[in-house]
Amino acid sequence: MQQSSPVIATDIVKYYKKYSHKHKFLTLKSALVNRTLFSDLEQDEKFAALKGVSFNVEEGKTLSIIGENGSGKSTMLKILAGISKPTSGEIVTRGRISALIELGAGFHPEISGRENVFINGIILGLTKKKIQERMDEIIKFAELEDFIDNPVKSYSSGMYMRLGFSIAINVDPDILLIDEVLAVGDASFVPKCLDKINEFKRKGKTIIFVSHDLSTVDRISDEVIWLKDGKIEMRGYPKRVIDAYLEYIGKRDVKKAETQHREEEQDAEENREKRWGSKEIEIRNVKMIDKTGREKYIYDADESFTIEFDVHAEKQETDFVFGIGIFNTEGISCYGTNTFIEDFKSLDISGKGKIKIHVPALNLVNGTYYLDVAVHKRDGYPFDYHHFQYTFRVTSSYKDVGILRVPHTWEFSDNIKLEKKGNKE
Amino acid sequence: MIKKLKELYKFRQLIMTLVSRELKARYRGTVFGFFWSFINPLLLLLVYSVVFTVIIPGSSGRVDMDFKGIDYAIFLFSGLLPWLWFSSSILESSNVLFVHGNLIKKIQFPIEVLPIMVVLTNMVHFVLGIPILLILIVFLGKTIGLTSWVFFFPIAVLVQFVFAMGLSFLVSALTVHFRDLKDILSNLLTLWFFCTPIIYSSLSERIQSVPWIKFALNLNPMTHIIEGYQYTFVYSSLPHWKKMSVTFIVGLLCFYLGYLIFDKLRDTFVEEV
Repeated sequence: MQQSSPVIATDIVKYYKKYSHKHKFLTLKSALVNRTLFSDLEQDEKFAALKGVSFNVEEGKTLSIIGENGSGKSTMLKILAGISKPTSGEIVTRGRISALIELGAGFHPEISGRENVFINGIILGLTKKKIQERMDEIIKFAELEDFIDNPVKSYSSGMYMRLGFSIAINVDPDILLIDEVLAVGDASFVPKCLDKINEFKRKGKTIIFVSHDLSTVDRISDEVIWLKDGKIEMRGYPKRVIDAYLEYIGKRDVKKAETQHREEEQDAEENREKRWGSKEIEIRNVKMIDKTGREKYIYDADESFTIEFDVHAEKQETDFVFGIGIFNTEGISCYGTNTFIEDFKSLDISGKGKIKIHVPALNLVNGTYYLDVAVHKRDGYPFDYHHFQYTFRVTSSYKDVGILRVPHTWEFSDNIKLEKKGNKE
Repeated sequence: MIKKLKELYKFRQLIMTLVSRELKARYRGTVFGFFWSFINPLLLLLVYSVVFTVIIPGSSGRVDMDFKGIDYAIFLFSGLLPWLWFSSSILESSNVLFVHGNLIKKIQFPIEVLPIMVVLTNMVHFVLGIPILLILIVFLGKTIGLTSWVFFFPIAVLVQFVFAMGLSFLVSALTVHFRDLKDILSNLLTLWFFCTPIIYSSLSERIQSVPWIKFALNLNPMTHIIEGYQYTFVYSSLPHWKKMSVTFIVGLLCFYLGYLIFDKLRDTFVEEV
């Protein structure tokens, strides 16, 4: 019977045994003593890793599965690979499956790379003749020409991984399952692997890809499934699902950052060293707000934000300077300014007041930042100095590096062709 | 069951490759290399021969043996060699699923290949010991000589293979769930060794004269298997047909049960190993 899709998963449920006190030290003796020999083999406490997942993959398509740690991605892949059995539900696959779940699983450290290629190839279902034919190709792809006859135990983890990948990819599968295996490759090998994966795509093979690397997911997949707590949260075009996922992660991070913020503020209360000054002018209620006026601690790199704080002068002062500073987690000053530097001449302050500093775009790279707020005399005599008291985070879809993002645009002459990815859809 | 066995036939190349890998890997990096296959049983033979022909007769005065001196060594060797195959197969089976946990957990792999690999690897060591036994018989045997009955020893090999295979399946599957089985096992095997006529002959007067010992020995399948070797190599006769046939049936039963339990527990290996 010819089925329409090479992979059909129907209502997959997977329970794992939770190790209770009883199972922790399960021994034959205790089983015999307690007469629970057979009941011990039954699972009693269960943990649901997958709670009814159904999907199918069309021929020649690449499906990616994303999700947080513990969402069931790897379990799903293991079930697809036939390594573990689902508790209930059905998997139907057509064609040879090669699973890149752990590269070089089953390598024997004592024997040479060449012999290991042979054995691994046979384990993965190749015939001796096929392996012989492809030996050179496998070795060449793994870039191990000089080391192939050394025992595998002398290999570095990168060499190990390259050889494993090279064998698995040469098995010539109809369905390729890939689980976060490219993480150990170096900068030159990973693109090579991705090229190979793309070659597979061109040949019309079906690929299921599990990864946390969302930009790669976006680049190679036709469809994305987002798993959350063992269920499909969303399925659809890569861009859409990834955006929804990022938004969810962002929201969750905001909550986390907010609790962190509160905790840090509490710490700050206790930690007087972070705040000093005579308090003749006092700074209170430092907030970071976004353009809608909402208090927020995670910002996009090109988002506008406003630092707002109340000041309270006990008596009239004429010599005062307000300043802010932004530091990254390494304590490096990213930016600092004050009213004196910017040529404001202080005239008079008394009673309560409010100060806002508007920033049209943060232009910082990804990361966590500390904010300093201070008021002092021109000669540096501190009224109220809040040092490292406030934190915020910058997230950005680009992974540019450095301290700040210098605003820029690219321009190419006509003979240089580039395409902005993510603009296709 | 038959269907599953047919499936196993498909994996013959895999099994062969794994066995040869085991053999290669075991002696890689040792000085004597492959000769350890010969040296190990010879050393053991030397120890037992000295103990039972020099030390024990010297202290107690008299030990009831069919054979004296070098002939005793040959007799001992004919039983020791297959016993080593048997005991190391069972012992290694208790560990094999853990040692190769990577294969079970990370790739789709026919797990039953692993215990088979263990039994076959040890069988190769056993087969390599046979020429030594033959050389001992031909060149050093005094009352023992080579006869055409030796051609019947493969019968014992077959029966032993089936029986050991069954136990290997059972042991490898059960140790996944009961780790302490591994520790009990080596003691059990030592006990079993002494309950099997290897260092003594079941035909000796002493044993023949005590009915309950004779009865107990007959209940032990390994008795008949080991005797199969002793008859063909040392006593120059056929194996005991009736006893051998019954043992074969027991072996098949053991194989069936072992495989059944292994198959039943198979899906739990991925999570438990």
